[in-house]
Amino acid sequence: MGFDTAYEAISEESDSGHRWAFGTGFTDPLAGVDTTVPAGVDGADLAAYCLMLGDDALIMSHRLQQWLARAPELEEETALANVALDLLGQARLLLTRAGRADGSGRTEDDYAFDRTEREFRNVRMAEVTDVDFAGLIARLLVFSTWRLALLGRLRESADPVLAAVAAQGVNELTYHRDYAAGWTIRLGDGTDYSRQRMQAGLAAVAPLVDELFVPSVVEQRLAGVAVNPEDLRPECDAVLAQVLAAARLDWPQVYGLSGVSGKAGRDGVHTEAMGYLLAELQSVARALPEATW
Amino acid sequence: MVTTLDEATLARARRVARSVPDPELPMLTIAELGILREVAIAGTRVVVSLTPTYSGCPAIPEIRADLAGRLAAAGFADVEVRTVLSPPWTSDLISPEGRRKLAAAGIAPPRSRSEVAAGPVPLTLSAGGPRLECPVCGSADTVRTAAFGGTACKDLYRCRACFEPFEHVKEI
Repeated sequence: MGFDTAYEAISEESDSGHRWAFGTGFTDPLAGVDTTVPAGVDGADLAAYCLMLGDDALIMSHRLQQWLARAPELEEETALANVALDLLGQARLLLTRAGRADGSGRTEDDYAFDRTEREFRNVRMAEVTDVDFAGLIARLLVFSTWRLALLGRLRESADPVLAAVAAQGVNELTYHRDYAAGWTIRLGDGTDYSRQRMQAGLAAVAPLVDELFVPSVVEQRLAGVAVNPEDLRPECDAVLAQVLAAARLDWPQVYGLSGVSGKAGRDGVHTEAMGYLLAELQSVARALPEATW
Repeated sequence: MVTTLDEATLARARRVARSVPDPELPMLTIAELGILREVAIAGTRVVVSLTPTYSGCPAIPEIRADLAGRLAAAGFADVEVRTVLSPPWTSDLISPEGRRKLAAAGIAPPRSRSEVAAGPVPLTLSAGGPRLECPVCGSADTVRTAAFGGTACKDLYRCRACFEPFEHVKEI
C-alpha cells in the first residue's frame, strides 16, 4: 500500500517499529558510502583526525542545544537549534568515519557516549560555557569562521569521504558564520550596554583562539589528507577584522590559555567545563545502556 | 516476489521512487527536491541513492521507510537505500516544477545560486537579508525576520505590502 505522507509510513507495520517519533530511528549516516581508507594513508591517524573534527562539532552542538528554551527570542532559538543540528550531522558522519577508518567498527554512539573526558579531542573553545547570548555569539563567530576556513580547504582532501563531508559542511558553516557576524554587528554597534556585553564576550573567547591554529602530530603526519591549521590563521584574522570593524569592536589583547605541560584539547586535556558537559551528554546512555533512539 | 527484471520493471521502480514526497516539504517529491540521485536494479534488489539536503537532515529515516513501503507495495520486496555524499545537494537541484509547487504553497523558492554573488551567502554585514518576491502578493518589499526557519533548509520573511509572513528555501 502507498501512504499519503511519510508520517503515515512510519506508523505502519511495514516499519521496523523501533522509531517512536519523527527524526528517531537513527540509521548509519554512511550507508552505501565507500569508506575504504585511501592507499598510503594510516587508518589509525585518519580515525584520530576524524575524531578531532567530529568532537569539535559534537561538543559545540551540545553547547548550542543547551541554549534551547534559554534564547532571548524564539527566532534565535530556532537559529541556534538549526546550527546545532548541522554540526550534529557533521559529527555523526565524522565519528562514523572514524570507526570505519581504524577498523574497530565503533559506531557514532560508541564514540559519543562511551568515551571518557581524556579521550575527547575537541578544541577547548567548543566546550566552554557562555555567560550570556553575546558570549555565545562571540564564540560562534570565531568557531564558525575557523571551521569554515578549515572545511573549505578540506574539500581537497585525499580522503574522498572527508572531502565530501567538508563540501557539504562549507554550505552550512557559511550560514553559521553569517548569522554570528550579523549579531556581532547588531550588538557591537548597538547600545553602550550591548557593546559592552559583546566586547566582554570577545574577551572570554580570545584566550582560546591560539589553540585553533596549533597543528597536532596527527595533522602533521596526514599531509594531503588533513588541513594544517597554521594555514588558516590569515583567512580567519581577515574575516574577524572585517566583522569587528563593521561592529566597531576591538579584538582584545590577551594571553592565550595555556595547556597542561603543553597539552590542550587535541591531546585530550580539557577545561573544567568539559566534565560537566559530558556528564549531561552521556547520562541517559550510561544509565540505560540498552536504550535505542 | 519479483523474478524477472527488465527495463520496464526498472522504469516502474523509478516511477515509484520518484513519487515519494519529502516529509518536510510534502508538496514536493524527492525527485523534484533533487535528493533522489539514482534508482538502479542489482539482481532482485532495488538500489535507491539519496543525498541529504543537510548533514543533519532528520528526515532520512522517514524517507527510507516511505521508499521501502511504496516499493514493497509495488512488488519490490528487496530495497537498499544508499547515501551519496558527493557532490553535495544544492538548492539549484530543485526542479522547475518543484519551484512552482513551492511558490503555490506560499514558500518562496530559492534563487539560482548564480544570482547570489560570491558563494551561497557572502558575509552580509547588514540586517534584513536579500529582498525576495512575496509568494502571496508578489511585492518585492519583503524583509527577512529570521535567518533560520522551522527546518534547516528555510528562513523566515515578512512582506511589508500584504503583511503576510512566509518561508523561503535558502540558497545553498
